[in-house]
Order: sequence, then structure tokens, then C-alpha cells
Amino acid sequence: MNATPATTTNGRKDFVLEVEALTVSFDGFKAVDDLSFYVDENEIRVIIGPNGAGKTTVLDLICGRTRASKGSIRFRDRELTKMKEHQIVHAGVGRKFQNPTIYEELTVFENLELSVPRGRNVFGALAFRRDQNVLDRIEEVAEFVFLKDQLKTPSAILSHGQKQWLEIGMLLIQDPSLLMLDEPVAGMSVGERVKTAELLNNIIKDRSVIVIEHDMKFVEDIAHRVTVLHQGKVLSEGPMDHVKNDPKVVEVYLGH
Amino acid sequence: MSSSTTHSTTDTVSARRFANPFFSREGWLYFAILAVLLLVVFPLALDAFRLNNIGRYLTYGFVALGLVLCWGHTGILSLGQGIFFGLGGYCMAMFLKLEASTPENTAIQTTPGIPDFMDWNQITELPWFWVPFNSFAFTLVAVVAVPMILAFIIGFAMFTRRVGGVYFAIITQAIAAILTILIIGQQGYTGGVNGITDLRTMLGWSIRGADSQFILYFVCAGLILASLLLCRAVHVSKLGRLLIAIRDKEDRVRFSGYDVAAFKVFVFCLAAGIAGIGGALFTLQVGFMSPTFVGIVPSIEMVIFAAVGGRFSLFGAIYGALLVNYAKSAFSESFPELWLFAMGGLFIAVVMAFPDGLAGLYNRYVRPHLVKLSGVFGRKGKSGRDVVAQPAE
Repeated sequence: MNATPATTTNGRKDFVLEVEALTVSFDGFKAVDDLSFYVDENEIRVIIGPNGAGKTTVLDLICGRTRASKGSIRFRDRELTKMKEHQIVHAGVGRKFQNPTIYEELTVFENLELSVPRGRNVFGALAFRRDQNVLDRIEEVAEFVFLKDQLKTPSAILSHGQKQWLEIGMLLIQDPSLLMLDEPVAGMSVGERVKTAELLNNIIKDRSVIVIEHDMKFVEDIAHRVTVLHQGKVLSEGPMDHVKNDPKVVEVYLGH
Repeated sequence: MSSSTTHSTTDTVSARRFANPFFSREGWLYFAILAVLLLVVFPLALDAFRLNNIGRYLTYGFVALGLVLCWGHTGILSLGQGIFFGLGGYCMAMFLKLEASTPENTAIQTTPGIPDFMDWNQITELPWFWVPFNSFAFTLVAVVAVPMILAFIIGFAMFTRRVGGVYFAIITQAIAAILTILIIGQQGYTGGVNGITDLRTMLGWSIRGADSQFILYFVCAGLILASLLLCRAVHVSKLGRLLIAIRDKEDRVRFSGYDVAAFKVFVFCLAAGIAGIGGALFTLQVGFMSPTFVGIVPSIEMVIFAAVGGRFSLFGAIYGALLVNYAKSAFSESFPELWLFAMGGLFIAVVMAFPDGLAGLYNRYVRPHLVKLSGVFGRKGKSGRDVVAQPAE
């Protein structure tokens, strides 16, 4: 139904995601300005930058929450800028929000179950019956995000870190080929951060991940490459070591 | 899947452990109590006049049931449910009016064979949209389909544009006002402000006698119980949990690959269809239909029925409709001019003091005592399961 492995080979290098000349302006203010970047298969890309650099807006544009004024976003050779939000999800793009966005009134189990990519239209949802495959999948993912013992817990009473994991689990259960995480370790304890870094390194195996993060220690732990945004444009891009020593980055973001 | 072998321990994710029964044992008990009340107690205890009144109150229960799904579960507040109640009622009234307007009955008119109010308005031919209502089968379909089609149009236009919350409530209210004005203005086609009156028989069977009123009451009670089960079936399905998820975190649902607008349109149409059934039963039991049941005031009253009963509770919807309407009758018999103040005060009291309505009060103050007394409740009480299986829902 989703995540079709459309690995086409048309001469050039296959990027999972190609963002080109992307621009969005809100009442004349260009939050993202002629931005281009490319994400490889199985890459963890971290986007950093000062507040207001346009990091979250970039994720909003990719997942269709905000519409681009100009430019293109190609995901496995499909143009995302013209697609509806749920179609983008079906194509294989998953997105975690900055604040843990889970269904607080439902249990962990139900949160995960609603995220299983089956019965996604009205009548499919009416006819949906949970079978052993669904249960196995929920168990597998719950174990992966350290929540197997909490399946019956109302998700409202989870800790902040557990809520973050639950939302990551809700995305994983959809098996997206591109996973976008907006500040996944915000509000987590040191121990939880270490576990989350490990988790991300595990889920990378079959997919690409874009992460927005401020915690530089965490960024160093996970990033393959780092893109630094500033005023809606790419300020610097490359491996962490390169970016860290780039004078422009030190100037506007990392500080002296 | 080889995992079944590793699943032998107590923390197995088994289907049973997460079973989501249609009703818990407690839920069936509540259903049985309501069924006995409606089908046995009321018919035995009340005279024909009072029973007919209960039947009329129940027709509003249909609307309140739809509002629980729409407003309580999904968070879509419609202040225009009178539209759908009225359309269902008008569909039925058109059929009954045509049956009452045989050429013999209307021989004194300029144009015999058309409804009297058309004749008074110098209309000489039955309008095209009245013609299909000669058919009883068509009418039965139209009672549900006409409200649903209008709900689909409104819902599609609003929800795909992400209109929600207060704006949606205001727009539905405006549509209720527009429809009322339209009905009153098009007197020749709709009977105007008087509505469609003087309805006598359905398929040759008098709807006015005590016997037929008695039967119609049972039809009404049976259908509302069936509607309650239908709503419950939707609620316990995956779709029902998605509706709660939409109320809770709409964006998360959308970015989990669901077309949120489609789900909202569905639940709005379902509520409209059920409201239409209520309207048709109202016409049958009261013997006329008029714009007073379509407009803003009745629409808001319908929201109050659901709010008083408890907007999350399907059972509460029915009890709320019965109680508020009973209070309305009792109150307006003695102090007709004060009723609107009482109604306003009631609504404020519900919102301020007990936002979960009667069902919420029951769950908080009554049920804990029953749990102590009885075993039926005990098994459920401990598990503290999700909102989905909450007892009084």
C-alpha cells in the first residue's frame, strides 16, 4: 500500500530526497529561501541552525503541511509539492513533530494500532479487524521503542521521553523510507538520549532519516552529514567535523 | 511468524488481552435497562397521551446520538442539526401530505389532487421535486438520504478546506437560518410558516388513532435502540478510535496517512442520516412538520440535549433528550414564558458545573458505589481501560 521501493536508476546518483530551489514566503518574509539539499539512501542527516533559521519549515514543506511558493521536492522521483499530506505519507515519508504528538486519550497499544498502515480510508477503517499480524507488528515495534511493558498504559501518563519514543514507534510501524524527526531528544534525560541515539542508529538500516536537533553531543553521535541553515539558506554542509570548524557556522550558531 | 513460540509467557500480546468488546458486561446491562425502560416500563406506566410525548422526545434522541459521535467523539460542534431533523421530517410529511391530498379529498380546490397549501398559492401542478414522494419506498430512502446528501455537501465544502471549531458551528447555524427562511419564503412549495399539516394516513393506515400511536411509539423505541447499537458499532471500530484521535491530535492523524476530511465528512453524514430518521418519526407521531423544528433555536436545543446527557455518552444522549424534553413540557405547562430562561440556565449549568453531563455525574458519584455493591461492575472497574470502553459511553 505504501513505501513502494521505487529505486529507479536514470544515470545520476540516486538520492532519496532532492530538494531544489525551494522557497516559501509568508507575507514577503522568506522563511526558506532558494534552498537545495540532497539526502542519500540510509543516511542520517541532521539539520541545525539558530532559531528562526527555517528548520521546522523545511520539514513542514516536505510533508505537505506548508505549501512551497517555488521550487521542487522530489522523493524517489515523485514530486511531493503537489501531493496531499496523506498521499505523501503513503509514498513513504513519516514525520515526528517537535512536541510529542500522540493520542493522549488512548493507550500505547491503541496509539500504535492506529498507526498500522491498514484500513486507511473510511470504509477500510470500519471493516478493520486486528489479526495476529497486526498484534505481532505492534509488539515488535513496542519492544523496539522500549515500551513493550507499557502497552496498556494510557499514553497521557507516559514520561516526556517515553512519549517521544511512542511517536517514533508510531512512525516506524508505518515503515517509512524517509523519517523526519523534529527534536527527538528534547526533554529527555541523559540516559534516554543515549538510548534514543542507539534507537536511531538501529532504524537507519532500511531508511533515511532527517533530524532537527540542538543538542550538539547528540548530533555528533548520530549525524552522517550536517546541514546548517541560517535565514532560510544553507550556510554550510558536510560531516560534523567539517561543519564544526567552519568559521561561518561558528559565527552564527555555535558561538566562540 | 515464528514469534508465536516466544509468546508463551504472561506478557504475550494476545488478541484477548487487547480485546475491544462491542459492549462490556456492564455495557450490556445499561443497554438492557434502557430497552426495558423504553419497551416495557413506559408503555405499561403511561397513558396514551404521555406515551406519545415520550415518543416525541425520543425522536430528538436520534439527533443527540449523532451529536455524541460528531461533537463528543470527533470534536465537530454542529449548531445546525435541526436542518437534518427537519429534512427527514419534511420528506415524511411530503409523502403523507400527498396521500392525504387525493382528488376526492381535495375536490373543492381549483386544482384537485395537489396539497391544499399549493392550491391557496395559485400553484396548478405538483412541483417536480414533490412527484417522487408519491412512492413510499422512495420516501423511506429519502428520509435518510436527503439529510446525508446535504451533510455531504456541507461537510465536503467545509472539512476539505479545514474549516472547523467555532467557524464550522457558525456556518451550520447560518445554514439552519437560511433553510428556515427558504421554507417560510417558498410557501407554495413548502407550506410556509405553517408547515405541512393535516396529515392523516400512511399507506391507508391512520396515524392519529390511539392504537397507531401506540405502535408508532414502539417503532420509534425500536429504531432508537437500533441506532444506538449502530453508533456503538462505529465507536468500537477502528474508525471510532480514529475519530477520538482526530479530536485529540488532528495533525498526527493526518500525518499518519489518513485523509482527515473524509472521516469528518463520514461522521457528519452519519449523524445527519440518524437525525433524519428522528425527524421522520417526529412527523409520524405529531402529525405535522413545520419550520419551527428546523431553525437555530431547535438546533441549539438539540445540542443541549446531548450536553445534558453527556456529550461523550450514547446512553446519555437518549436520557438527556428524554429528561430535558420532559422538563420542557412540565415547565412550560406551568410557566410558559420562563422556559427559555430555564433552558439557558440549564445550558450554563451544564457547561460550568458538569461538563460531562449526566453520564459524567453518574460515573463520578453513582457508579463507584455500585462497584462496591455488585460483582458485575467490579471486574470492569479494576482494569481502568481506555476511553473507548468507558462504561457509560
